[in-house]
Amino acid sequence: MATARQTADIDLRTRLQDWLPKLVLSPSVAAILVFVYGFIAYTIYLSFTGSKMLPSYDLVGFDNYATLFGLSAWSTALINLSIFASLYIIICMAIGLLLAIFLDQKIRGEGLLRPIYLYPMALSFIVTGTAWKWFLDPGIGLEHTMHLWGWESFKFGWIKDRNMAIYTLVIAAVWQSSGFVMAMFLAGLRGIDNEMLKAAQIDGASNWQLYRRIVIPLLRPAFMSAFVILAHLAIKSYDLVIALTGGGPGRATELPATFMYSYTFTRNQMGVGASSAVIMLMGVAAIMVPYIYAELKEKK
Amino acid sequence: MSFLNIDNVTKSYGNVEVLHRVDIDVQEGEFLVLVGPSGCGKSTLLNMIAGLENITGGTISINNRVVNDVHPSKRNIAMVFQSYALYPNMTVGQNMTFGMEMHGIPKPERERKLADVAKLLQITPLLDRKPGQLSGGQRQRVAMGRALVRDPDVFLFDEPLSNLDAKLRVDMRTEIKKLHQKLGTTIVYVTHDQIEALTLSTRIAVMNKGYVQQLGTPKEIYDDPANMFVASFMGSPSMNLLPARLVEDNGQLAAELTDAGGTGLRLRLSQDGQGLRSHLGKDVILGVRPEAITDAEGADKRAQNLQILRNEVSVTEPAGSDTFVTMSLSGKDCVARMRADAEARPHEVFEFTVNMDKAVLFDPQTEERIDR
Amino acid sequence: MSAATQDTAVRTGRITRTFIYVVLIFFALFYLLPFFIMMINSLKPLSEITAGNMMALPKEPTLAPWGAAWSTAQIGVEATGLKPYFLNSILMVVPAVAISTVLGALNGYILTKWRFRGDTVLFGLMLFSCFIPFQIVLIPMARILGMLGLAGSVQGLILVHVVYGIGFATLYFRNYYAAFPTELVKSAMIDGAGFFRIFWRIMLPVSGPIAVVCIIWQFTNIWNDFLFGVSFGGLNAQPVTVALNNLVQSSTGVKEYNVHFAAAILAALPTLLVYIVAGRYFVRGLMAGSVKG
Repeated sequence: MATARQTADIDLRTRLQDWLPKLVLSPSVAAILVFVYGFIAYTIYLSFTGSKMLPSYDLVGFDNYATLFGLSAWSTALINLSIFASLYIIICMAIGLLLAIFLDQKIRGEGLLRPIYLYPMALSFIVTGTAWKWFLDPGIGLEHTMHLWGWESFKFGWIKDRNMAIYTLVIAAVWQSSGFVMAMFLAGLRGIDNEMLKAAQIDGASNWQLYRRIVIPLLRPAFMSAFVILAHLAIKSYDLVIALTGGGPGRATELPATFMYSYTFTRNQMGVGASSAVIMLMGVAAIMVPYIYAELKEKK
Repeated sequence: MSFLNIDNVTKSYGNVEVLHRVDIDVQEGEFLVLVGPSGCGKSTLLNMIAGLENITGGTISINNRVVNDVHPSKRNIAMVFQSYALYPNMTVGQNMTFGMEMHGIPKPERERKLADVAKLLQITPLLDRKPGQLSGGQRQRVAMGRALVRDPDVFLFDEPLSNLDAKLRVDMRTEIKKLHQKLGTTIVYVTHDQIEALTLSTRIAVMNKGYVQQLGTPKEIYDDPANMFVASFMGSPSMNLLPARLVEDNGQLAAELTDAGGTGLRLRLSQDGQGLRSHLGKDVILGVRPEAITDAEGADKRAQNLQILRNEVSVTEPAGSDTFVTMSLSGKDCVARMRADAEARPHEVFEFTVNMDKAVLFDPQTEERIDR
Repeated sequence: MSAATQDTAVRTGRITRTFIYVVLIFFALFYLLPFFIMMINSLKPLSEITAGNMMALPKEPTLAPWGAAWSTAQIGVEATGLKPYFLNSILMVVPAVAISTVLGALNGYILTKWRFRGDTVLFGLMLFSCFIPFQIVLIPMARILGMLGLAGSVQGLILVHVVYGIGFATLYFRNYYAAFPTELVKSAMIDGAGFFRIFWRIMLPVSGPIAVVCIIWQFTNIWNDFLFGVSFGGLNAQPVTVALNNLVQSSTGVKEYNVHFAAAILAALPTLLVYIVAGRYFVRGLMAGSVKG
């Protein structure tokens, strides 16, 4: 039998246990709400003000957005992003899928090859940029070496070429990320039921048909994940551009992320910078929100 | 007041009520089984007794104490889970004494109780192992041991045998029954397996769609099902439920059916009464258990009212000790359970003997049993 | 991965297999080459680099560039080498990883085992925060750090990395704990263990693998960060990535490529080491975190 006092203790303890989880969660939730969503709201607000070097609170409507889309630097950044992102995503996926399928053929030395493919993603983009900047430099890198080896006519000066520099970004970024995409596809492949493949072979499918008709369709979730991750990385790309080309030559490799930084912090056009950040966020949200929504709904 | 009292208990998630006004009294030492198909609310009810889910309405009391707002650990209950829920990082011994440790019971006493229970369950050699090194049956024992050392007022079992293979399940069933008889503890046991319910319990609550359909001893549930759901859920193969018409035959009540060829036939009822007579001339459902339909030699010698039924056999299924014979009655398949050497053959007419003492009638509209 | 899934049902002929090996080895070279070139050239005197072939092995191997990169190279205005910046990175990365991992573990535990109305929405908000372009928070963050007096300090960077690391840490632990049977928690509750006791005695002892994954992930991300470092590091708290970039991009004087390479490798060393030591977990964690979302 419980005395009245014990009952009171029990009530208190039970009630505390009910509140404790929410209490412990609250600092994280508060941090996310303030530092992510509060800040997003603040930046959106700034994008409608005439802020220059310092934030000001005079609303100017959509002026910043009008200015933004009137700037050739911004259109260049958007065009560059679309070239960079589409090539980066497609090539990473193609290489990743190829390597994953090949590695899945009971390859001797898989344990050695996998970490070799993957290690670039442990590196900072600054390190990647440093390495590739030099490797691609015609005066000292690949072109120079080829000349020394006697291939005098060899030319590879993309990094100095306004029209081609954007593709050097693609090369370095693919080098860094494609191994990671390979790992995602490999995990997907290893998750496929082998009996299904055996059944398809008994049905007379050739290797090519097997992959095209059965395996690759089954990898849909891995394709989705890879796409989402690569796309958001592409939109956020900043470090690599800074380290590899610094946005140049001229504005040839300007991306929205570098645009935002230079307009906000060096050109003192904070309102325009904020509006470019908002556009970037909208781009990421367009990709991530449906994905997260689907993932969470599925799990519920 | 009873030992475990479930009084007018309801459970809702948002606006959806999933348990409707459940009233169950459990006496000390009783073995109550909650049985029903998945989603019937039996596990929810068990979790509410354990305190793992909030009670929306009504009260639950254990040993004369209302426990609605009492933390699970203070209800003096122990629970055996379907997955056994053994802590993977602790040894068997640590698993079993964890609860006592949490309750601040001194180590010598913990050790003593652990040794007693381990001996009782014959798991003493396993005490230093980790759960990952045990077989399914051993884990099951450890899970029970963990509950036993707590010496609780009520044991709660949540489908404890469903992860075992068929043979082990039967063995453990017997073991649990022995343990109950030996220790005389109060048990609430959830299962979807009607055989477990019938063999283990002193009383059964058959549940469906959040309602307790019937509460009674295994015999009451089996012989006098309250409605068509209970009749078909309990027993395997399940009770034959045949559309029929209630008629009067020489002053006695009879059920009129049609045989495989569409010809009418009558089976005289053993019971009579006002309740039944009010359905005279109307459609009813005749419920007959397969073992009440046999050949002449296999019929129950003590039956008062054996009726002969000639009908064509459609399928025979020998199952070792029994042979199941299927025929068509009133357009439905009707299964008879016969001794192994009964001479029924497919597509031949056979003379069935029906023990009408065991027959029950249901109202096709309400699906409730028609009382006499 | 179980043993059964290791063997593939696909059969390949000899020619195909040769082709497969050729392709695989080609890509292995592609991934190794830049790092290999950096490594060999970091061991050459500068004259050998400018005069010679980048693919050639050093004729007169020297560790001088490494020494210079570490302690004497001109970065910004002072000739300090990478050392102080490396120290900044360590001072920043250790607390930031520790705090975000602990928070992530608790959050994951709560979001799977103490569920409440709206928990999925909260998790969705945390998840989205992993993927925002950080440009959207740069301006207000600069102001808040200024107001808190944390601008240009290591503490400020720790705060930033903890806040934006919570999402991933929570994601990892939530996915891991979701597969952990809830019945164990219920059982512990009946046994009388409370919120923290269950976490400490039941959940933490089995959290080793995911903790390793989370720590490696956070470590790599925070160590490799450039944007926050360059924005909020000021002059005194710059992490090594920013210092490396300043060194490489500096327009004054002769470009000491060998020193640049040594510095780049030094800056990459901690993450590479972590990756070599615990890479298997790293990969597995990335799968768990990204494929399953």
